[in-house]
Amino acid sequence: MSDAGVIIVGAGHGGGTAAALLRQYGYQAPIRLIGEEPLAPYQRPPLSKAWLKGEADADALTLKPESFYPEAGIDLMTGVRVEAIEPAAKTVRLETGERYAYDHLILATGAKPRRLGIPGADLDGVLTLRSAADAEALKAHLGPGKRIAVVGGGYIGLEVAASARALGAEAVVIEKEPRILARVACKVLSDFFTGYHAARGVTFEVSADVTAFEGANGAVAGVRLGDGRLIACDVVLVGVGAPPDDGVAARAGLTCDGGIVVDGEARTSDPAIFAIGDVTRRPMPLYQRMFRLESVANALEQARHVACAITGRAPPAPEVTWNWSDQYDIKYQFAGVPFDADQVLIRGDPTQAKFAVFHLKGDVIQAVEAVNAPAEFMGGRLLIGQRRPIDPARLADVSVSMKEVAA
Amino acid sequence: MAKITYIEHNGAEHVIDVKTGLSVMEGAVKNNIPGIDADCGGACACATCHVYVRESWLDKTGEKSAMEESMLDFAENVEPNSRLSCQIKVTDELDGLVVTMPESQH
Repeated sequence: MSDAGVIIVGAGHGGGTAAALLRQYGYQAPIRLIGEEPLAPYQRPPLSKAWLKGEADADALTLKPESFYPEAGIDLMTGVRVEAIEPAAKTVRLETGERYAYDHLILATGAKPRRLGIPGADLDGVLTLRSAADAEALKAHLGPGKRIAVVGGGYIGLEVAASARALGAEAVVIEKEPRILARVACKVLSDFFTGYHAARGVTFEVSADVTAFEGANGAVAGVRLGDGRLIACDVVLVGVGAPPDDGVAARAGLTCDGGIVVDGEARTSDPAIFAIGDVTRRPMPLYQRMFRLESVANALEQARHVACAITGRAPPAPEVTWNWSDQYDIKYQFAGVPFDADQVLIRGDPTQAKFAVFHLKGDVIQAVEAVNAPAEFMGGRLLIGQRRPIDPARLADVSVSMKEVAA
Repeated sequence: MAKITYIEHNGAEHVIDVKTGLSVMEGAVKNNIPGIDADCGGACACATCHVYVRESWLDKTGEKSAMEESMLDFAENVEPNSRLSCQIKVTDELDGLVVTMPESQH
C-alpha cells in the first residue's frame, strides 16, 4: 500500500464522522475530506427544527470546531467539487483539474432534493431544504404575516410547517397522496399528525396535484393545483424526496441501483472504494434485503463500518435503523422498517398524544412508531434487534410496562 | 468554563475545558473524545451518549427528566448514576466533574 491515505468525498455528517473515527481508531496516513459546501461538517437535522425556530445557533450545528481538522491532521477542503473518480489510477479529479491519489476512497455525497419540473419552478421563493444555505434562505421568508406553501407532506415538510407556525407564519401543506407521510409512516400516524397540525393552524390539501408555481415580478405568489385553484403564498418549500447523489460514482463504473450498492462493511463494487449514508443502497441483515435508508443514524452506522474496515477493527454489531422528528412539543421516534408486517397494534392513546404503533410479522416486531413514548421506542428497538417473539396481547396492554414486555 | 474529566471504558482519561452552556456530550464530541456517540446530536432521541457520573457530582448534575429516564431504562449496563450526557448542561458549578463511559453505546 502507498501512503496516499483516505479521501472522503462529501463533508456532511457521514463524511465528517468517518474522518474523525478513522483518527479515533488510530489511522495514521493522510485523510483528505472534500466537500462542495463552504462549511465544515455540520448537523442537518436541526435545520428544519431547532435552528429554524432560532433555538440553536450555527456553532451548535458544527460537528467539530474548525481547529479540530488541522489538529487531527485532516485536510478539510470546502467549496470544492469532485469531477471524476478514476478507479484504475486510484485518483479523484477536482473540477479545477487537480488530481489526488487515494488508497481508500469513501463516498459520502448524500442526496440532492428533488425539484419539480413544472412551470414557475425557478421563481424566487421556490425553495428546497438540505443545506445551511437553504435554511438561511427559507428562514428569511418566514415570520408574522407570511404564508408558506409546503409541497410534500413528509418529515421535512411537516417540520418546516411546525417551525413556520412557531415563527408566526401561516402554513399550508399540499400532498399528492390521499394522506401525509404516506411513504414513510402508517395511517394512524398520518391521522395523528394531520390532527395535531390542524389544531395548530396548519391547513392541508391532500390528493392534490401541483401543476405550476405562479408569480409576480419574478417571485412566487401562489401554487396552482390540478383542480384549478390557486393557493396564495409568499414562499414555497418543495419537500418531495431527495434522490441519491450517485452520479460521480455511476460515471466511475461503480454498481448503482437507486444509490451506490454497498456490502455490510460499506464497500462498493470496487474494493478500494466505500460509500456511506444517504447515497447508498445497503444490506439490512435483520430483514435480509437491500434498502436505501435516509437518516443520520444510518450514515453514522456506516461511518463506523468503514472506519472499522479500513483500520482492521472488528466490525460493530448490526444496528436497528431508527430516526426521529420533532414537531411542536412532539418527540416522534421510529425504529425498524415494517417489511412483511401482517399485524398493526396500537399501544396507548393517540388522542392523548402519547402512543406507539407496532408492526408485527407473526409475533416478531418489525417496526415501531412512537409518539412521546420513549420507552416504547427504546423497548421496541431492542426487541426488533433481538428478533424475539413477544405476546401481542401484553404489548397492547399499557398496564404491562415495556420493561415487562421485553423481559 | 468547566474542567471535565472524561474517562473511557479502558481507563484512558481526557481532561477538557468545556464552555459554559454546552452539554457534557458536546464537550466530548467536539473534542473527538471516543466513547460518546451522540447519534441524534443532543435531541434526547437515541441514548448513545450514556455516561456514569461520579457519585459526588450527582447533586450538581441535576434531576433526570421523565424522557431521559425512559430512554435510559433500555440502555445497556445502566447504573443508578447513569445519565444521558446531552441532558447535562455545563455550568461553572460543574468545574471538576468526572464522568466515565460505558463499554459501548450500541
